[in-house]
Amino acid sequence: MISLAINGKTYEVDVASDVPLLWVIRERLQLTGTKFGCGIGMCGSCTVHIDGKAERSCQTPVGSAQGKKITTIEGLPENHPVKQAWIKEQVPQCGYCQPGQIMQAASLLAEDPHPSEAKIIQHMNGNLCRCGTYPKIKSAIRLASEGGEK
Amino acid sequence: MKPDLTRRQFLKVTASGLAIAVAATSTGFRLLSAAELEKSGSAFRPNVWLEVLPDNTVIVTVSKSEMGQGVYTSLPMIVADELDADWKNIRMQVAPASDAYKDPEWGSQATGGSSSIRHMFEPLRKAGAAAREMLLMAAAREWEVAVKECAVDQGKVRHIRSNRMLTYGQLTKEAANLEVPQNPMLKKESQFRYVGKEIPRLDMHAKVNGVAQFGIDAFVPGMLYAAIARPPAYGADLVSYKKDAAQAVAGVHAVVPIHSGMAVCADTIEAAWKGRDALKPDWQNAKYPQLSTESLTKEFTGKFETKGIMARNDGDVGKAFASGSQKIESVYLLPYLSHATMEPMNCTVQVRGDGCDIWAPTQNQSGVLALAVQITGLKPEQIHVHTTFLGGGFGRRFERDFVEEALLLSLSTGKPVKLVWKREEDIQNDFYRPMNATRIQASLDADGNVTAWSHKIICPSIFARVFPQMMKNGIDNAAVEGVENMEYEVPNVAVEYVRFDSAVPVGFWRSVGSSHNAFTVESFVDELAVAAKKDPLEFRIGLLKNHPRARRVLEVAAEKAGWSKPLTRGQARGIAYHFSFGSYVAHVAEVSVDKNSGTINVHKATCAVDCGPTINPAIVTAQIMSGLTMGLSAALKEKIEIANGGIKSENFSDYKLLRMNEAPDVDVHIIKSNEKLGGIGEPGLPPIAPAVANAVFKATGARVRQLPMKPETVMAALRTA
Repeated sequence: MISLAINGKTYEVDVASDVPLLWVIRERLQLTGTKFGCGIGMCGSCTVHIDGKAERSCQTPVGSAQGKKITTIEGLPENHPVKQAWIKEQVPQCGYCQPGQIMQAASLLAEDPHPSEAKIIQHMNGNLCRCGTYPKIKSAIRLASEGGEK
Repeated sequence: MKPDLTRRQFLKVTASGLAIAVAATSTGFRLLSAAELEKSGSAFRPNVWLEVLPDNTVIVTVSKSEMGQGVYTSLPMIVADELDADWKNIRMQVAPASDAYKDPEWGSQATGGSSSIRHMFEPLRKAGAAAREMLLMAAAREWEVAVKECAVDQGKVRHIRSNRMLTYGQLTKEAANLEVPQNPMLKKESQFRYVGKEIPRLDMHAKVNGVAQFGIDAFVPGMLYAAIARPPAYGADLVSYKKDAAQAVAGVHAVVPIHSGMAVCADTIEAAWKGRDALKPDWQNAKYPQLSTESLTKEFTGKFETKGIMARNDGDVGKAFASGSQKIESVYLLPYLSHATMEPMNCTVQVRGDGCDIWAPTQNQSGVLALAVQITGLKPEQIHVHTTFLGGGFGRRFERDFVEEALLLSLSTGKPVKLVWKREEDIQNDFYRPMNATRIQASLDADGNVTAWSHKIICPSIFARVFPQMMKNGIDNAAVEGVENMEYEVPNVAVEYVRFDSAVPVGFWRSVGSSHNAFTVESFVDELAVAAKKDPLEFRIGLLKNHPRARRVLEVAAEKAGWSKPLTRGQARGIAYHFSFGSYVAHVAEVSVDKNSGTINVHKATCAVDCGPTINPAIVTAQIMSGLTMGLSAALKEKIEIANGGIKSENFSDYKLLRMNEAPDVDVHIIKSNEKLGGIGEPGLPPIAPAVANAVFKATGARVRQLPMKPETVMAALRTA
């Protein structure tokens, strides 16, 4: 049994410790906002927070996440400035990569509330978006970082 | 749900509210209410587009797939506007796969070709307007006044003189019994309340909070997960595999042979994938072992002397070449491309004795339904296709291969099955954007006028497989679109198509033929401008005297980009325009090139679009931005590599997509236009590759005629410049 603390709740899961956290979160616990994109940590669709840091859940064995605080897109409050900015800027198109983008952006702003353009790009560059919402993601991050001002 | 079910649903709804159905007939659209539907008999299969419930909720049914292009918002906006509904009472629901929801132009329920608004604008407007007139009439009867004394106002009817009000919800029962007007008065443009406005998308909240349900998010109690081991080369045989080893993996239920490989079905996704790894399949006898990127390049570029089929032949090209003073010739080469939707292919199916449910991120509901009928032997009305959100489509999800696999596996295991492809399967088992080799020759007279343009395209056929009945005289329109209808006013034009199908399957990829033809036409016209010693913008304008919409997008993009203004040293601008899917788009790209590495940096893109009237300008802007960015990804980075008879590219590690550091800021300008409605999902893509290549030429003097413009390709062009 693996014990996981996700979004403030404790889950006991009967799973081998080497199974990617991604599969446990989305296929066992059905917290499906966390997405599978590439399985090799190169697209960022599966990004969650582990002890506040953005991590690729497809590259995280579930055993290593025990005893840590995990937050998924469902656990980020609806009034979180990043989510609000995403809605204000109407960022998503197909929307599939967006939970990962939002989790990645939220970790950036937690670490640096006023990131430079270069810092935004550096921090977000591992997250792919096939619909090409990059310019809107940048605007939304600027909006969230400046409390409503772009 | 099938016609009968739709009909039942329709009657159920109308017991408590007002519903308007539309049937497409040979003479146009026929509008119906529930009472009329009952009389019309079962042969008649209208769809239900809108329902007004007693609690004032307005439900709009959307028959098109949402893959990012905004149809779950823009189509309801059209109904809401004509109905004069209160936007906050609008709810959208996804249509089932059913004859009743076939696209009126295509006779098939599918999404593609940038056509959703174009095909649905008229029937949805009529449905909304008819309901509005019925609600007005119902109120007038209630108050015993003339209809003309009443007015609608955001979900209410008001008696103007007395200021009495009734909500739509209060009027539905009365209105439902009225005859449906066949030619309701449609609004004038000036009366639109929602159409033309930047209404926020209805799917935003779900997508931002991670609760939007994509195909991969489907769950059925008792389902098995399936994973398929597939051949690494086209036509390879499975000679041996370790069935016992796979079955020994805890959680594995069955190892099932399937047409596309060997499937492992298990309790969990990790067990299914582990079981697949344990199969250790030995694939032999690749059908085309020598097939590689290099062999294909040789074959494609070796076909320029092969006689093809003429898709266009204006004037006398041969004669014009004989008398021209300057002859220019260029050869262009474009690779196979993968769709690489962020959501890998997947499907969940439950086949039961008496029915079947399919959860699919599909662009092709009619196709999925027909396939399910064929595979299960069930009747259409026993099959329910649940269209989920699509994590990208771009044409890939018009195919049904992933649905077929899930259907077969559910049937053979007798259990619900969830099939999720790995990214590697997705990249390696695509229906690719065709590879293309093109040779263009032109002649100029002494004054720099283009007297002849001869365009030869070597390209596989998409239509021959997907819609063979649409091949015209051996010509696949997808191979020649954008050239066959090229607008540049040249007196002698020849367009020749040599069909060359390799083992690599091809399919619709966002903007289809325009994705390659815009690159060749717009790069070459730029080369001609250089030969004629003219500014590329002015040269184009001069060749478009009778094409004002084309001129206008070029002029607006150039003006907004500051075409004639100087740039920082080392930067240069390139321009290109293209007409596709009924819309005109011009892009200006500002680039710089690192001459030591060959890396192109696109700093900024400025776009002008004329797509006729706009339903939601914010969505139009987002789609142009999206098409441009995907087009830039293809222009700079994407290429499917082929080796040893199969696809060598595997994942985002070697099939690289554009990332944020490479994506420019995009400035979109929508031209106010009353021309015919144009599409918007695809037209933003085609002109960016040539705009960038033209800017690279301007910056460096090097003409890049191959895509993608990877650093090594740019370096090679720099060396020959």
